[in-house]
Amino acid sequence: MTAQILYALFTIIVGVGGAFGYFYGSNWLLDRIFSADSSNDARAVQNLKIQSIIRPWLFLGPALLLLTVYLIFPVVQTIWLSFHDKAGENFVGTANYAWAFSDTQFQQSIFNNLIWLLVVPAACTLFGLIIAVLTDRLWWGNLARSLIFLPLAISFVGASVIWKFVYDYRGEGQEQIGILNALITYFGGDPQVWISLPFWNNFFLMVILIWIQTGFATVILGAALRGIPEDTLEAATIDGASPFKIFYRIMVPQIMGTIIVVWTTITVLVLKVFDIVLTMTNGQWNTQVLANLMFDWMFRGGGDFGRGAAIAIIIMIAVLPIMVWNIRQANKEQAGH
Amino acid sequence: MLKRFSLEPSRIALNLAVLFIITLWTLPTAGLLISSLRDKNDIAASGWWTALSSADRNQVGRMKGMADQVEKDGKFVISGNLFEGQDAVSGKVSAFGTKVQAPGANAAGSTVVLDGGLNLTVNADGNYELTSPTAFTNERGGRIFFISSQPPRFTTENYQSVLFSEGIGRSFVNSLTVTIPATIIPILIAAFAAYALAWMKLPFRGLIIAIIVGLLVVPLQMSLIPLLKLYNAAGTFMGVPSKTYLGIWLAHTGFGLPFAIYLLRSYIAGLPKDLIESAQIDGANDFKIFRRIVLPLCFPALASFAIFQFLWVWNDLLVAIVFLGSGPDQLVLTGKLNALLGSRGGNWEILTASAFITIIVPLTVFFSLQRYFVRGLLAGSVKGG
Repeated sequence: MTAQILYALFTIIVGVGGAFGYFYGSNWLLDRIFSADSSNDARAVQNLKIQSIIRPWLFLGPALLLLTVYLIFPVVQTIWLSFHDKAGENFVGTANYAWAFSDTQFQQSIFNNLIWLLVVPAACTLFGLIIAVLTDRLWWGNLARSLIFLPLAISFVGASVIWKFVYDYRGEGQEQIGILNALITYFGGDPQVWISLPFWNNFFLMVILIWIQTGFATVILGAALRGIPEDTLEAATIDGASPFKIFYRIMVPQIMGTIIVVWTTITVLVLKVFDIVLTMTNGQWNTQVLANLMFDWMFRGGGDFGRGAAIAIIIMIAVLPIMVWNIRQANKEQAGH
Repeated sequence: MLKRFSLEPSRIALNLAVLFIITLWTLPTAGLLISSLRDKNDIAASGWWTALSSADRNQVGRMKGMADQVEKDGKFVISGNLFEGQDAVSGKVSAFGTKVQAPGANAAGSTVVLDGGLNLTVNADGNYELTSPTAFTNERGGRIFFISSQPPRFTTENYQSVLFSEGIGRSFVNSLTVTIPATIIPILIAAFAAYALAWMKLPFRGLIIAIIVGLLVVPLQMSLIPLLKLYNAAGTFMGVPSKTYLGIWLAHTGFGLPFAIYLLRSYIAGLPKDLIESAQIDGANDFKIFRRIVLPLCFPALASFAIFQFLWVWNDLLVAIVFLGSGPDQLVLTGKLNALLGSRGGNWEILTASAFITIIVPLTVFFSLQRYFVRGLLAGSVKGG
């Protein structure tokens, strides 16, 4: 263990020192080789020009290298792998995709992912909006927001333990130690095994993600609400608009852009949801989702990389529209600069 | 301001509504924390919300034998306390009896007549008195079955056991080993790249920015298989294990870069133009400007990113189980917790304490640096986690 800590410290020093060394060293070399302090003026100007062409690439170099190795190259290779067999050796055409669409587990995952996509972003945004509006007018609103926000810092696995305890089930007649079943029994109902309850168990898993992500929506939407000019709201109040009317006629349209950002961000997250399903059910009782299915195929029976890659591509295709939209937004901002 | 404290019905309703939501949101976490501090028998016997009320326990005690009898007013008396020699020495007796089937037959404080003219009195504090007209001849005393109510007990035993015998302590160190380098290494790399993309003239700048924005939402799943293959190949080629800390540090660095560059670029691009230009006129090159002016100024953005990256790496499960082994020397907290959920599914004293240890670090970071966290969230809300 001591060796491990030393190893980690050593890496921090080498990593950070290496990065420093690279940036200092490469810039120093550039200044030396194409010196601007030359006695020959024309030469100095020429060198400055060369410096300004090379230097940005020195700055960008390590980042571009890492992005290429860890993201760009893998995307290309995953596409390639999805058309090959399990070891990635023989070309199999679209066989992996054909398998996927005829596989019942895969169909189940697509169906579940669709429900997740319909429910979770909508619920988070709605709850976030409501909580943001409610807490905005309270003197202890900031404290309230912090508490709603808190689950965002908790890992999905930690959250799964928390909620597994909430859903805990004991046989009938025994004292229930899970709060949900305790409440149900208290009000005269029968305790249920929530996470294996067909179809509805998906919703009990979704609750976990909603619990985590509502804080995110609250903070972003709360900031946007504060950006609405005070005059607009006052004018509406003077005109006699009811609070509800102010909410959906003035507040919501004013922050529509932010609502879309929150919605799409949570949508991307939902497509990748993995930890919650793995730890709560591992896809049993019809709760499988794409990301967990993909993980399953990566290692099942020594791993089928072709099928795993095909599932990854399908997740990627689902993300594409949001990606394109983001890039267009970013380009618009660029043009506006 | 006055209106904020007024007692209109609508204000009260608003306060109550928010209070209700907050309770709903914090209850699950509160349950975890409280349970982790309870005795393991109590966790299994009653809900955590009863932790503050006293719990009833069925106990059994044995009275003293003939050796301890004393003669008083012509009667023979044996007296003592039922809690002597019990593991829970405190508590209150609420009822007692002499048969195992009926420990609650008599209320505390009452006197019952037993066979042979014996009188037995048990008080709430556990003191008993057995009187008899004739001398006792039994070497061992009889048994008394009683119901005691135990005051709430809290203990740190669960934490001690998970930290030292369940391997959570070791995993904690592993998590730190993964997280700290993976947080620090990307910062400088991203900051230089962000500056270049914000203020330097270079071809394809727009394209590079567009690619980075696009990479923000690329699912991690796209990278896993090729990188696993790459690591396996590199490991075999160099004769080293393919699952190493170095591998996961680099992976987290690569995965964190798009967000880091995106966040820092928008911050650095927002710095005043005059500042950069006047420095350029003074003859400073971009390296000097970055080091002397930009880097100190963008500290808040660096802090925002560092918090994000720290939380993301600490809480990550997927990257850790793909790129690290499952032995005790490499298993991180999230992976360990996942394993415990499988192997110790019903042992809530272990699960709750372990879970709380895994979430305590992010919660501390979150509460102490919330300001930077929120700022980063607002600036970079394009990223999808």
